[in-house]
Amino acid sequence: MTNTLIFLVAVLIVATLVQITRVSELLSAIKKKDTNSVTDSNNKTQGILFLVVGSGFILFVVWQMIAWNHLLLPPASSVHGAEIDSLMKVSMGLILIVFFTLTPILFFFAYKYRGKKGNTAYFFAHNNKLEVVWTVIPTIILTVLIVYGLRTWERSMNPDLSNAKVIEIYAEQFKWTARESGIDNMLGKSNYTLVTDRNALGVDMDDSHSNDDKIVREVHLVVDKPVLLKFRAKDVIHSAFLPHFRVQMNCVPGLSTQFAFTPTKTTAEMKDQEGNDFEYVLLCNKICGAAHYNMQMSFVVETQQEYDIWIASQKVLSEKLLTQK
Amino acid sequence: MSDHHHKETFVTKYIFSMDHKMIAKQFLITGMFMAVIGMLMSAIFRVQLANPGESSILYNLLPGDWINEAGALNPDKYLALVTMHGTILVFWVLTAGLSGTFANFLIPLQIGARDMASGFLNMLSYWFFFIATVVLISSIYVQGGPASGGWTIYPPLSALPQAIPGSGTGMTLWLVSITLFVVGSLLGGLNYIVTILNLRTVGMSMKRLPLTIWALLITAILGVLSFPVLLSCGLLLIFDRSFGTSFYLSDIIINGEMLHNVGGSPILFEHLFWFLGHPEVYIILLPALGIVSEVIAVNSRKPIFGYKAMVGALLLIAFLSFIVWGHHMFMTGMNPFLGSVFTFTTLLIAIPSAVKVFNYLATLWRANIRFTPAMLFAIGTVSAFITGGLTGLILGDSALDINVHDTYFVVGHFHIVMGLSAIYGMFAGVYHWFPKMYGRMMNKNLGYIHFWGTFICAYGVFFPMHFLGLAGLPRRYYTNSAFPMFDGLSDINSIITFFALTGAVVQSIFIFNFFYSIFKGPKASKNPWKSNTLEWTTPVERIHGNWPGELPIVTRWAYDYSKPGAEEDFIPQDIPLKDGEEEN
Repeated sequence: MTNTLIFLVAVLIVATLVQITRVSELLSAIKKKDTNSVTDSNNKTQGILFLVVGSGFILFVVWQMIAWNHLLLPPASSVHGAEIDSLMKVSMGLILIVFFTLTPILFFFAYKYRGKKGNTAYFFAHNNKLEVVWTVIPTIILTVLIVYGLRTWERSMNPDLSNAKVIEIYAEQFKWTARESGIDNMLGKSNYTLVTDRNALGVDMDDSHSNDDKIVREVHLVVDKPVLLKFRAKDVIHSAFLPHFRVQMNCVPGLSTQFAFTPTKTTAEMKDQEGNDFEYVLLCNKICGAAHYNMQMSFVVETQQEYDIWIASQKVLSEKLLTQK
Repeated sequence: MSDHHHKETFVTKYIFSMDHKMIAKQFLITGMFMAVIGMLMSAIFRVQLANPGESSILYNLLPGDWINEAGALNPDKYLALVTMHGTILVFWVLTAGLSGTFANFLIPLQIGARDMASGFLNMLSYWFFFIATVVLISSIYVQGGPASGGWTIYPPLSALPQAIPGSGTGMTLWLVSITLFVVGSLLGGLNYIVTILNLRTVGMSMKRLPLTIWALLITAILGVLSFPVLLSCGLLLIFDRSFGTSFYLSDIIINGEMLHNVGGSPILFEHLFWFLGHPEVYIILLPALGIVSEVIAVNSRKPIFGYKAMVGALLLIAFLSFIVWGHHMFMTGMNPFLGSVFTFTTLLIAIPSAVKVFNYLATLWRANIRFTPAMLFAIGTVSAFITGGLTGLILGDSALDINVHDTYFVVGHFHIVMGLSAIYGMFAGVYHWFPKMYGRMMNKNLGYIHFWGTFICAYGVFFPMHFLGLAGLPRRYYTNSAFPMFDGLSDINSIITFFALTGAVVQSIFIFNFFYSIFKGPKASKNPWKSNTLEWTTPVERIHGNWPGELPIVTRWAYDYSKPGAEEDFIPQDIPLKDGEEEN
């Protein structure tokens, strides 16, 4: 409702402006002046406006950075995420320096070199030295940024998987299901043709690795222990997004994908730090249909003891399928 | 060429015209019409985002079955609005509306040609575009609504009507429409290339071409090379949807139904789509940068700084744009090494982009700036190009992209660097060439108000989006109220919606000014901006064939502004060099 009112007020303001301008145009037509030629006083007004609005824009940006800082994601809760955060700090620092240099220069030039009758612009068509300098400097800075970025990417994508706990994440419209790999840490084979109401993930029960697998509606991870998430999708593309861990990977029908990481902070620690309603969540980050906006599953990071208790309480898949018969 | 002066009827003059100037205006007005529709769609979904689940009078603009009993927008129709907004703005407004208008209008006039190489193909190009427009708009009203899978129409979502209602007839019409669109833009693009290469007047060597023409030439080449890939990408999707093939589909169970498709890959679609999709960004951006180069030089009363570097930067950006498409796909599970390659090529684009920005700043340095409305928008483009371009360094870096991919950070980034830069460039072009198009002047003061209103509101809309993205908020969410972690973001959403609605209203000033000035604006003089390029040597009255007598002969580049030793601060391109005068 407020938006509607604001909208109506804005319409009225615009209508008024249009009328005022029409009147001024008619007045100057009577005075036989050309309203549309740009005068020195126009240049002055517009130049000052660039200075004022430009400064306002810069202040608006600074204000946002201060006022909304607390809304941003907390520091990463994973090993590779911390490295990504460092890279982010460096990259963000760099682009902010460039932004806070070039934007004021642009607005200041607009103000400073506003036209005046009798002034002549300086004929300055090219300057090879200058052009080489401002090609080489960005090249050097970018080389550093590229090398740093690629190293971080390489390390994030190729972690040591030898001790990683394997968990499958299965995506469908509009929910997530997870499958713990059990004591053998191996997921039983699966095939979409085996999907039934009871065997919702199409797990192949003839595969001996399947017997100890556990289907869970909430993922529990052990702090400081690497985990390998393997993704499958049932219907359309989804994207598994765990923003607190700096983890994202698409889930694609007909293609298996994976992402490995090591969580570093328990849910309890995060609740102390971020408030009691904190929760690690898995979101869908690839448009997947009408309820895309509400496709979630919680993740819990806990100590080994807590995990052992929880996992013992979950039924193995073979037992679940039998009891449901 | 003399037979151009035959008698024109209403139909041949205004409808099936083969005159490039009239075709340009047809593209412009169609583009503006679509821009209004696209903008209204964004206003509507912004209202939903600020007041999720509430009703609004704006929803009365929508077909009735898009709204539920409580008066709220249906979630799948929110996605329909987002999809159509993207499609319309990317293809209809910023590709056809921008390139179609200014390539058609400026190429023959600025290179000294009587018309396009083929007037007939040019006319056909518009009419394919027109039919595509009609099909796209009609798709809004079919059963199930229009395409709703995002403007990138990734299958399987776009392939399966069971997945979302918009993937039924609406999606079929979307594909038909885009096919017609591509045919139209290929006809146009080929024509632009042939015209620029073959029909330049005597003396108009490539190194004397205005930067607008360079930009339009490179844009056309990009289009001709990449649009056919989108066409084949769409055709394969049509096959999957209608004829049971499995190019993009495999191992799918939808609504309990097991599909027969095996062996296809949705990732193949993404590769084909983004092979067009990324050059498309530059198809949108480069014409705007060309226009801005011209407008900044004319109104700074200075030559554009580093002409050769500007051309070189355009060529380099165009080349790189073909080998960076993978940066849209870092999270698809493709080989991380491939991700590294795409990160490398993507970040390289920053170098020519930085050169362009520095050259614009150097052009403004010690200038004698005349603030026409066009000049304000040109400076706005440079500002948006800086602000939006920089965040590309975050998104192009695969490691950082992990956490900002598909969040509002991306939405903020591309709306500023591609949306704002291009639409400001388009406004700059309209204000600048309006006197040539219609022989009348647009109102200057309304132009000023339009610029400042737009400039302030646009940053008010898109800058805060970066913070939403850094808070982890995914794009294309009907509402962010389903996750407690986003509860703190509702204030930002309200601010964005406020600026979006105000900004939308401000555009009515432009629309009023535009149509009012066509009929009632003061008569323009022949060269109102004291500009050097050839279009200003044509008579004010539109004639088919552009110049009444011989074609002008070019002896200098387009940027002799404030040249030392000259009497005036501009020397048009057809004025011969004086004895002893050196050419730049």
